[in-house]
Amino acid sequence: MIREITIGQYYPADSFIHRLDPRVKIVCTLLFLISLFVQNSLPGYVVATLFLAFVIRASKVPFKFIVRGLKAIILLLMFTVVMNLFLTKGGAVLVRVWIFQITEAGLRISVFMAVRLIYLIIGSSLMTLTTTPNALTDGIESLLRPLDKLHVPVHEVAMIMSIALRFIPILLEETDKIMKAQIARGADLESGNILQRAKAMVPILVPLFVSAFRRANDLALAMEARCYFGGEGRTKMKPLAYGRRDYMAYFAVMSYVAVAFAAGRFLPFHVWIF
Amino acid sequence: MSIKLEHVNYVYGAGTAYEKQALRDVSLEIPQGQFVGIIGHTGSGKSTLIQHLNGLVKADSGAVYFNRENIYVDGYDMKGLRGQVGLVFQYPEYQLFEEDVLSDVCFGPKNQGLPKEECEKRAREALELVGFPEKYYHQSPFELSGGQKRRAAIAGVLAMKPKVLVLDEPTAGLDPAGRDDILDQVKYLHDQTGMTVVLVSHSMEDVARYVQRIIVMNKGEKMLDGTPKEVFAHYKELEAVGLAAPQVTYVMHDLKARGIRVETMVTTVEEAAAEILRVLKA
Repeated sequence: MIREITIGQYYPADSFIHRLDPRVKIVCTLLFLISLFVQNSLPGYVVATLFLAFVIRASKVPFKFIVRGLKAIILLLMFTVVMNLFLTKGGAVLVRVWIFQITEAGLRISVFMAVRLIYLIIGSSLMTLTTTPNALTDGIESLLRPLDKLHVPVHEVAMIMSIALRFIPILLEETDKIMKAQIARGADLESGNILQRAKAMVPILVPLFVSAFRRANDLALAMEARCYFGGEGRTKMKPLAYGRRDYMAYFAVMSYVAVAFAAGRFLPFHVWIF
Repeated sequence: MSIKLEHVNYVYGAGTAYEKQALRDVSLEIPQGQFVGIIGHTGSGKSTLIQHLNGLVKADSGAVYFNRENIYVDGYDMKGLRGQVGLVFQYPEYQLFEEDVLSDVCFGPKNQGLPKEECEKRAREALELVGFPEKYYHQSPFELSGGQKRRAAIAGVLAMKPKVLVLDEPTAGLDPAGRDDILDQVKYLHDQTGMTVVLVSHSMEDVARYVQRIIVMNKGEKMLDGTPKEVFAHYKELEAVGLAAPQVTYVMHDLKARGIRVETMVTTVEEAAAEILRVLKA
């Protein structure tokens, strides 16, 4: 019932991208996103498209899983495109209806904006699809390590994040079971006005909270029993270490950034207004 | 009031990376009044199977008939069905939520639209039927012991006066004494009310003593279906899929293998004792 909701949406597979160090994936995703936003010409986007297609291919994640992430932003995408299309002035006027007009610059910017947003979502979905939530927090913790000097509790924040991520599927499954148990007792969760529906949630929320607190308590006890006392002096069973393929990935992304930048800057390649 | 499943297939998480066929071409019929045990490993599909019985889960293909009516036709009264086929989940913690036990048990009948007095009358009847001590009626359900929680949860379903009672692992997490208590109570319920009882368990031992019929599930398929004696006769096959027949079955087979001519088709310790005595005296 509720199982369809996936957060952290990891897609298990064995690919080059899956095996990369999470830090590499985080940094490279950031680089890719930045490269998208400084890009402003057709050749640059062609290079970005080729690079993205190559990475998708290498990740072995079926394309339909990647596009699934786009559904969530369709509204935002339409809004941005429409706003840019009608409100940007510049160049020749292409279409004029009543007080609305579409100019060359408007069309150009809205198309580029749409491409940027779509690639942005695809790029970051690729990261979350190929990295387990725990690896991701590990990577974030390691990348934010320098903040320790500023007395930011990096380890604690990362621990909280990984616990939260770990519990999302458990609590979802539990919600599913609780809902079923109450529906089996004739609970009606679907009809009635807002107030009635809110009231109908009580038989679900109470057991869910009780169980969440019980689990939190058990976990705290288990951690204390194993002498957990925070990040200081703590070592890892599987410390993150860069390998050959990670340097290769860095090199590939750097090359992409350089090529895309050069192509955008120096290739005088235009189709119509783009 | 029979329940009938015809060629039921069910796939979990279709279209995701975690796709899994939970039920494969399952057909069975449970007549009114039968005491049935469903046995299988974790992941054998037994929990999914029972959720089909009251329409909580809809089969991808195949049909489910309750009282000879197809429950998948448009406009079928699902809420009514859930009152008729009462399903008690494994963990009572999943359903207890009210401030005291009595009002929690009233939740079911209240959802059926019954007046307050009737709800309370039914709740008291149900609690009495499961042997829940009256002194705890006004206690918070969260402060009860594991066994009492379980009783309260079963009462919460019984209060809807179902024709069929389905229990998912009612003994999980209980100590042996608590386990026997609950199972004896369920047996008593079956004998008293004549309702159909479906008991899901992974323990042959538990089930063998009580039920009239055993359905063995393995990897989403119905593997065996028959009386306990018939099913345990296949003890080698059960072993092959990691389920064991009750220990007495092994004892009797060993005795026979060593030349003591006992009848091996016994399923309980009491029967085995009687059988051995019979042979020794002869």
